[in-house]
Amino acid sequence: MSTARADRIGLLVLPGLAYLGLIYALPLFLLLLKSFRDATGALSVAEFVQIFGDPLQRSIIARTLRVAFLVTLLALVIAWPTAIVMRSARGGWLSLFLVAIILPMSLGVVVKAFAWSILFRSNGFINQSLMTMNLIDAPIRLLFTETALVIGAANVFLPFMVLPIYAVLQQQDPNLPDAAATLGAGPYRRFFKVIVPLAMPGVVAGCAFVFSMAVSMYVIPSLIIGERQQTVAMQIARSFLFLRNEQLGSSLSTILLLIAVSVVLGSSWLAARLGARQ
Amino acid sequence: MTGTDRFFRALCWVMALGVVVFLLLPLVITVLVSFSSSQVYTLPPPEWSFRWYEALTRRAGLMDALMLSLNLALLSTAASLILGTAAAIGVARGQFRGRAALATFAVSPLMMPGLVLGVAMLQFFREIGLRDAYWSLLLAHVVITLPFVMRTLLAAMGSFDFALVDAARTLGMSYPRAVLRVLIPNLAPAYLTGGLFAFLASMDNYPISIFLTDAFNRTLPIRMLQYMEESPDPSIAAISTGLILLATVALAVAARTVGLNRLIQG
Repeated sequence: MSTARADRIGLLVLPGLAYLGLIYALPLFLLLLKSFRDATGALSVAEFVQIFGDPLQRSIIARTLRVAFLVTLLALVIAWPTAIVMRSARGGWLSLFLVAIILPMSLGVVVKAFAWSILFRSNGFINQSLMTMNLIDAPIRLLFTETALVIGAANVFLPFMVLPIYAVLQQQDPNLPDAAATLGAGPYRRFFKVIVPLAMPGVVAGCAFVFSMAVSMYVIPSLIIGERQQTVAMQIARSFLFLRNEQLGSSLSTILLLIAVSVVLGSSWLAARLGARQ
Repeated sequence: MTGTDRFFRALCWVMALGVVVFLLLPLVITVLVSFSSSQVYTLPPPEWSFRWYEALTRRAGLMDALMLSLNLALLSTAASLILGTAAAIGVARGQFRGRAALATFAVSPLMMPGLVLGVAMLQFFREIGLRDAYWSLLLAHVVITLPFVMRTLLAAMGSFDFALVDAARTLGMSYPRAVLRVLIPNLAPAYLTGGLFAFLASMDNYPISIFLTDAFNRTLPIRMLQYMEESPDPSIAAISTGLILLATVALAVAARTVGLNRLIQG
């Protein structure tokens, strides 16, 4: 095939590229631009100064980051043993794990958030179970708490943590831990010196994905935690849909966008470094 | 295998099985609640009944919302498959610089906060004078579906032997015909996986759609959240059960044709 022909084939990217450029990249760029301008159109960071100077907004940003961090941590802690087990599971067991991951993943977040809002009710399934097991005497308040939000969100995002870790574990030579054992490495040493370092790219990818989704989630907090404890995403929706304060909404969107972009860039930098070291 | 090894293995299995329960719990609860006669989500249900399914017929606007969501999901997935096929061939076969960056760009909407995208599109469409809610939604849903299609097609075409297409061309097929008759049938699993997840992502999208709807164009997730705020009775669980059934059937078909393991590689 001649080079000229290959160049012309390269032109096939143009329709898709133009589409994403126009309907996706340009609107985001204009949003960024708008958030750095004041009402008269002059360049200004006044809106950001005001947001970071406001204790309420600061606490909302802090809550959003804290919840996203806890969701990522919880998802990582329970995804790790699951991925380990999935690596050695075969046949029906493996299918069971795959179905348990793929089926919830292909369902809408509205469905799952609704289910959790039922589960967390004071007369709901979780309280009833805890009382049957005599762990608590009276129903405890779960709905509208940050704990409930973290558990519900970790449930929704868990598949996106398990899958990348499972993918890297699968590529590892299953005999590596045994080889390390032959060389005299104990279980802890094998785990921390062999299995974990090799799985790091998957862990980084999973954490980045879960964190960036958790930091910008909207449906889950609005159903589980309600209006009283706002997150940045809920503030954005409110400022556009109810308050009609588009300047505030644009600036908060920019903050959320910058967080998401820095997580993506940071994680790909980290993944590249980890890849280079191996 | 030492005792410590065995202990950790057992511990991992217990946790992994706990995770299976944890992941499926919301789905099981939803289905159970939808068949309950009770108004207040008591479990186990005092009596089984279909009353919440009957109540669905009295839900205003439910059918319209379902039709709109199906319409958007089908059209946007189709548009993404066309745009995505062309772009993925261009990335796989073209010889220009920055192909890796382009691939990253095409998949990047997946990592962006949906709400921020919705806000950005709302302002942009207003700026250019596009006031029609249906067209705004359709344009936006192509941005939602395209990354899913691109992700699987880029991976599949990376390992596809394009000599097959060239051979078909030597035998007299035009390039578009060779793509249609040789490339796409060979990559059918990728098309099925990418298309399925794109379709589901469009059906489920809330954070982008909410900024672009009007009173006449409400998608299913938007309607459902509205019902939850106005009158949160188990008829919402009945809608959810319908969606769970839909996802189960779609996955069963996909698992039969391409296998569960392939589904997660997309």
